Amino acid sequence: MGRIGVIFKRELIGYFATPIAAVFIIIFLMLAGVFTFYLGDFFARGQADLIPFFDFHPWLYLVLVPALAMRLWAEERREGTIELLFTLPVTLWEAVAGKFLAAWCFTGIALALTFPMWITVNILGEPDNGVILASYLGSFFMAGGFMAIGSCMSALTKNQVIAFVVSVVVGIAFVLSGYPMVLDVFSGWAPQFLLELLSSFSFLTHFNALSRGVIDVRDLVYFLSLIGFWLFATALVLEWKKAE
Amino acid sequence: MESIVDLQRLRKTFGPIVAVDEVSFTVGRGEVLGFLGPNGAGKSTTMKMITGFLTPTGGTVKVNGFDSQEQPLEAKKSLGYLPEGAPAYAEMTPLSFLLFVGEMRGFRGKELHRRVAETMTKVNLEGVSNQPIDTLSKGFKRRVGLAQAILHDPSVLILDEPTDGLDPNQKHEVRELIKTMAREKAIILSTHVLEEVHAVCTRAMIIAKGKVITDGTPAELEARSRWHNAVILRLRGPLPDDVLVVLEGVPGVKRVEVIEEGKTEHEYRILPKDGQPIISAVSQCVHRQDWDVVGLSVDRGHLDQVFRSLTMPAQALT
Repeated sequence: MGRIGVIFKRELIGYFATPIAAVFIIIFLMLAGVFTFYLGDFFARGQADLIPFFDFHPWLYLVLVPALAMRLWAEERREGTIELLFTLPVTLWEAVAGKFLAAWCFTGIALALTFPMWITVNILGEPDNGVILASYLGSFFMAGGFMAIGSCMSALTKNQVIAFVVSVVVGIAFVLSGYPMVLDVFSGWAPQFLLELLSSFSFLTHFNALSRGVIDVRDLVYFLSLIGFWLFATALVLEWKKAE
Repeated sequence: MESIVDLQRLRKTFGPIVAVDEVSFTVGRGEVLGFLGPNGAGKSTTMKMITGFLTPTGGTVKVNGFDSQEQPLEAKKSLGYLPEGAPAYAEMTPLSFLLFVGEMRGFRGKELHRRVAETMTKVNLEGVSNQPIDTLSKGFKRRVGLAQAILHDPSVLILDEPTDGLDPNQKHEVRELIKTMAREKAIILSTHVLEEVHAVCTRAMIIAKGKVITDGTPAELEARSRWHNAVILRLRGPLPDDVLVVLEGVPGVKRVEVIEEGKTEHEYRILPKDGQPIISAVSQCVHRQDWDVVGLSVDRGHLDQVFRSLTMPAQALT
């Protein structure tokens, strides 16, 4: 096991050593359920799919992932453990990756625990399980995108509240840039390429494609490069703000 | 002497503030270097640059021959660091924390567990090995910090205020531990406790405003005190009025200060000219006068006075 693995293990165990794991997972499952059954009209639609379930994931992640990400670096900085970590023989990149992967994996665990939803829909009807699998994959990658943004914002400050609020705002920008309420403002007067560029940056555009069952490599590449970009930014910010 | 830590014209600025200003020195195996200086003098910043945590604005740091910027991983491998306040992951136990640090340092399996167990014995952590670190007392937390710093038996130890906030017994323990490790390592520690310099350091350095002001053995530093080699004399009983005149007449005496003028006992500090020893001359004089001597001792000098005079020259004499 390399050093990324050692950090990954410590971080992941850390979630379960504190109430964070239980609180996060319970709230995540509860909200996912509430959204699906009440707002999404899961039963009344009379269709055997999980679209009402997945449609709310961007909004769920928008609030919950920053809550998880805000402590990634802000806490290390506040507690002074960042000094300890970076005086161990580890590179900046290994530390950023190890911590991010643990947090992402943790959201993956929470996501996987929504499996009763999948069982339910399979009992009630005959859904296209390929679509559901693609949706889960898309949802997981989107969570990674939110987490990488949160990681960078957490590196910017010692204050976890600030990290949370800023992550939510940046997250909103990434979600909404594909939404009609933003695109409508531009459509009609802005050139088509601008509209496409804007919506191509959106989580929704790429997530919706995946959650309709179309696994396009470009959508996965989008999320992976987004994650790569924000983690790179995290490392830069950490190097820049180390002394504070 | 083989130098393991080598600083050359090390400099660090934060915006317009110069925190460390062209500091150069080397530390060899067997040396315990005490960093003294007022808060904000640049002690911690210097230490953080030696550990590779901070990037110097200028100059170089070499640890065991490895440049802290060009070969950071190699330099960090031979280095143990106790940051100020001994931070640790609060939700972990000392055991899981030390296992984590050990794994990060590349130990696995039996070797890992042997090292962790040995280190815990060395710093007396066995009793609390499975309690979360945030429930531990300050003394135990400090020991956890020390344990992670010495786990890989590094040739260089950097300790930022290792005894700060500990009770006298705990201070004693930490100092004994440092002394036992001193022979085969190069140790740099910062402290505000001047007695600590006597207790553990072989060399003391005073830093102020980012610059090294003095560098020498603790004894050399004390010799710069104006009380160095002064004689403290305590006498009993009625004394003639001219006692001060008699004492000032002793050869080599510069001045006599009254420390205490009691009903029955009197205490004087007799300052020598140029820090020369005057104890025998004073003792002969006292003998001739046939005064009732209660105490007679030589003052080695006071580090705190030297510290004050070097770091705040204007107010040193008040």
